[in-house]
Amino acid sequence: MSDRSQTLAKVLELIAPLNKKGVDVSEATRFAQDLEWDSLTVLDFVATIEDEFDVIITMNMQAEIETVGQLIDALGKLQA
Amino acid sequence: MSDLFSKFDPIIELRETLLESGQTDPFNLVMERVESPTVAICNGKRTILLGTYNYMGMTFDPDVVAAGKQALDDYGSGTTGSRVLNGTYAGHKACEEALKDFYGMDHAMVFSTGYQANLGIISTIAGKDDYIILDIDSHASIYDGCALGNAQIVPFRHNDIEALDKRLKRLPPEAGKLVVLEGVYSMLGDIAPLKEMVAVSKGAGAMVLVDEAHSMGFIGEHGRGVAEAQGVLDDVDFVIGTFSKSVGTVGGFCVSNHPKFEILRLVCRPYVFTASLPPSVVATAATSIRKLMDSADKRAHLWENSKRLHAGLRQLGFTLGTDEPQSAIIAVIMPDLEKGAAMWEALLNEGLYVNLARPPATPAGMTLLRCSLCALHSEEQVGEILGMFAAAGRATGCIS
Repeated sequence: MSDRSQTLAKVLELIAPLNKKGVDVSEATRFAQDLEWDSLTVLDFVATIEDEFDVIITMNMQAEIETVGQLIDALGKLQA
Repeated sequence: MSDLFSKFDPIIELRETLLESGQTDPFNLVMERVESPTVAICNGKRTILLGTYNYMGMTFDPDVVAAGKQALDDYGSGTTGSRVLNGTYAGHKACEEALKDFYGMDHAMVFSTGYQANLGIISTIAGKDDYIILDIDSHASIYDGCALGNAQIVPFRHNDIEALDKRLKRLPPEAGKLVVLEGVYSMLGDIAPLKEMVAVSKGAGAMVLVDEAHSMGFIGEHGRGVAEAQGVLDDVDFVIGTFSKSVGTVGGFCVSNHPKFEILRLVCRPYVFTASLPPSVVATAATSIRKLMDSADKRAHLWENSKRLHAGLRQLGFTLGTDEPQSAIIAVIMPDLEKGAAMWEALLNEGLYVNLARPPATPAGMTLLRCSLCALHSEEQVGEILGMFAAAGRATGCIS
């Protein structure tokens, strides 16, 4: 698996327990509109991602991340 | 043309649904007369106040009131000017002297509100390439201070020392860092593990700001707050506080030992571009702060009130925000907004005022009935309060 697909697989795994609506998740899935996450769920999820990948996703960066694909891109850059 | 107000439709609807049920609006109460720090007349009825943050009951202190009246006579009703132009009177300097003496610190800067103190200090000292690391349950004024500035914002899980430590270690070692904490978190009334958090922050080379709005005058040997109580005040770079709680008037401040602190008076926009506090307000604040230095007996009585209310509410079967009383705030957790609003109204009908708090102000989407005690609540009043909670709780089905 490429780095990107490994990251995607891990992110999907971490989304699963928070996917209360049972949405079919792809790279195009939007956190707020499709998964209908409130701000608290987002905060929890970001903390989990940060610890898993050993990175910091500042609130400034979070504002630019709307979809799963954009998160994978951001993680790619942060780990580079 | 699209109506700019359509974004408020969900909250308008929520409010209308609640009020259609006959519920009294919990956010529109008028205090018709105020008799003392603990009693007011609301809807023509004598009401015990248990949601004012008037922790030390200074609002009717005869010396405080006299100082305000004298200042009105001597200096007039307002300054009509910025602190850096025509808005600094002798009273503003005297107020800053009182703060320096109260905290034992070198510098004090008085703002027009506590909100502006956080807004000003945070947005000014953390620049574009700096990091602000803050507890996710931080007060709105802290978040707004972050939004006004342009630093990188890194939140961490509430009161989680390890989460703070991990994030500090992931940041570039050479980057400027400001860790923002609160002594008492006002929603649940819980305190921060400042001893550990300040140590971790200092170890990572960060500066530390602690908002002690809800602990001043009450917590710590000299009432300097949670940082004093936990023995780390000397390692805190900036303490933010307010005059609208224990001090009993309005205004905000920052105290610090930083050698370059005074430059903030010229570069901090929420300090410069607003009118300064009226002379009567700084006179009441300075008098109150000096009296708070010597209030050990009142602090002890307030702790007794807090312990008794906490234990009593627990015994009645209410779910509380903390397992033991940690501050003068006792938060009663309600199952939902409807029940919370009904209980709030039932308490008001009994003659008791508490704060109804709901998202987004509260953590984890909770609805809370937030009680804040006063050092001037008598033993009898605390007994009355518990009786009212029992009656209202049973009437609304919150307890059995």
